[in-house]
Amino acid sequence: MEVYLDNNSTTPMDPEVKKIYEETTEIFGNANVIYKQGIQTRAALNEAYDKMYDGLNASDDDDIIFTSSTTEGNNAVIKTFLDSFLKGSGKNHIITTVAEHASIKSPLAYCKTFGMEVTYLNTNENGLVSIDDLRTAMTEKTALVTILFASNETGAIQPIKQMARAARDMNIPFHTDAAQAIGKVKVDLQDLGVDYFTFSGHKFHGPKGVGGLYIKAKAPYTPLIHGSKNVMGGKRAGSVYNNGVFAMAQAVKIANSDENLEYMNTEVLRLRNKLEDAILKIKDTKSYVPREHRLNNIVVASFRGIEGEAMLWDMNENGLYISTGSSCSSEDLEASAVVEALGEKVEIANATVMFALSKFTTEEQIDYLIEKLGIIVPRIREISMTYAKQEAFSQFIEEH
Amino acid sequence: MARNDLVSGNVWEQYSKKVQERMNNPVAMGEFTQEDADAKGARLIVADFGAESCGDAVRLFWLVDESTDTILDSKFKSFGCGTAIASSDAMAELCVGKTVDQAIKITNTEVEAFLRDDDGTPAVPPQKMHCSVMAYDVILEAAAQYKGCSRSDIENTDIVCECARKTKQDIIDAIRDHDLKTIEDLISTTKAGSYCKSCIRPGGHEPKDIYLVDILADELAKISEEKLVAAANTSASETPQFDKMTIVQRIKAIDAVIDEYIRPMLIMDGGDMEIIDIKENTPYYDIYIRYLGACGSCASGSTGTLYAIESTLKAKVDENIRVLPV
Repeated sequence: MEVYLDNNSTTPMDPEVKKIYEETTEIFGNANVIYKQGIQTRAALNEAYDKMYDGLNASDDDDIIFTSSTTEGNNAVIKTFLDSFLKGSGKNHIITTVAEHASIKSPLAYCKTFGMEVTYLNTNENGLVSIDDLRTAMTEKTALVTILFASNETGAIQPIKQMARAARDMNIPFHTDAAQAIGKVKVDLQDLGVDYFTFSGHKFHGPKGVGGLYIKAKAPYTPLIHGSKNVMGGKRAGSVYNNGVFAMAQAVKIANSDENLEYMNTEVLRLRNKLEDAILKIKDTKSYVPREHRLNNIVVASFRGIEGEAMLWDMNENGLYISTGSSCSSEDLEASAVVEALGEKVEIANATVMFALSKFTTEEQIDYLIEKLGIIVPRIREISMTYAKQEAFSQFIEEH
Repeated sequence: MARNDLVSGNVWEQYSKKVQERMNNPVAMGEFTQEDADAKGARLIVADFGAESCGDAVRLFWLVDESTDTILDSKFKSFGCGTAIASSDAMAELCVGKTVDQAIKITNTEVEAFLRDDDGTPAVPPQKMHCSVMAYDVILEAAAQYKGCSRSDIENTDIVCECARKTKQDIIDAIRDHDLKTIEDLISTTKAGSYCKSCIRPGGHEPKDIYLVDILADELAKISEEKLVAAANTSASETPQFDKMTIVQRIKAIDAVIDEYIRPMLIMDGGDMEIIDIKENTPYYDIYIRYLGACGSCASGSTGTLYAIESTLKAKVDENIRVLPV
């Protein structure tokens, strides 16, 4: 059996979305030309926009820009404020968290090279940021607050609506990297009250290479990609990814529908809880972030004595595909800082793995995984010195 | 750079079949107890290396025949990734039948070679080499326990790159033998720093006591100083060859010849010359001069006089000299 459980990293396309993706390659006309192919493409594009605006409840005064990815949208938002700083706005400060994705951390590091300052709010042992910490950090020189909607590594969901309001009270623009939101949590942009909201199609069973950037009416914005002003209202040049956009719009409609979220919050939640309960029955395991603060599809669990990459190897041998934050599994040999920030010791970060379900996960697959865990965990613990019966007579522990 | 850097995350594809087999079925995995030792009339050694906080730790068990110092049997347990498990398994197997002193000589390089499917292809990707270093380190710990001494007594503390097993002297020798000037040349020539990269400069995966960039900088500084001292010494005791002189020595040598053979002629006619610059354009030495006084407006400055200056310097200083008036 093949069981893919890394759905916070990427997802397979929904068959309905895939059908649109494949069929609409026929709508190849440039969106800007005057004749028939242009008319066709514009009709499809308008339909896609209707799905997006209705689906996410954006106001017609707001912008939803089609991008290549959440990463691009994150860069565009942050660099808008780098641009205004460099042009003398006097606002040199950006607030974010320690738990952000690289596509937020890297642009912020870039901003620092120009002399901007960045405050990284800490997360508590539940992976959550405190609104009081945010209030304390905001000053009259703060240009932007950017806080992730939910963590891809821990599943912790931040109190975005309240934090957006706290920022609004001080007239500070608020952005959320919402890559993990759509398809798991109801998104209502007007209710959420953020100024910027970024996402990628491939996280909710849409295609790769296409994403969205929501910009509230009147929020500051400098294009990241300059070019023809006839595209995306001049806010993002580059030919529109026709079939990618049409497919993603359908994926949004499906993912943010009450029907889908009902399924995620009942059946998928049930399967997730079944898996988590089975894991916790195994000795010396622990799961993180209380369920009420966590996305409905993820279990983050540590298995004492079992290093992450070794666990992934055995899983892979059995057709099970999960992820880990362990140092040995990353190219640069660094353990995930986000998992360490959950307050656990470093050795736990190295023994922690993540299971992320989707609406396509079946009970049969979860039962298979639970069965295999019953074989894999003992096998690796048999090799592991953590469970050796004979103690060492001498030892050498390097300083790290 | 370029093509080879564009696709990353390439780890398991580079594991040899032997590594994969040992990850799935480690042959030397297990423990020995005092009872096992008594049954064989051997001494039980149990040594640890590493820590779960680093992501790699191993416990090595030996049954040693004290009359011959021979390791009768060897087992291991390991917390770590697949490379760590496979390396520890191979290492434990390699210990069997060796004396303790022979076991100390087993290096992680030998363990990695033992895990290769064919001689030319590494068993693991470069960044995973450091997981195999632990296999070597735990042998030292076990040996120290057996001998009743401390690790540092056995350890080769001069190793600066553990993954490639290069000592500081190896690096210094390579710098001199191959005339290495940059850190990139050093890494590609010696292979030190080409695996986990921690030893190149501060800020890598593990802190080190000494870094390659420092060894290179120190050695280049020494070499440069030696050259200056040599130039000064030969200059004091004899006239060195023109090509071995420093710039200052060359200008002095040329000026001396001009003073003796050329300047008197020019001054007699109301002129003079000065040296502006000297540039080495292999195989020539180009001397840039400026005519002063009457020489400045004399036609001979580009013909007869110039020829005289150049041929005099060619004869008296070095045959590769060219003179160029500015």
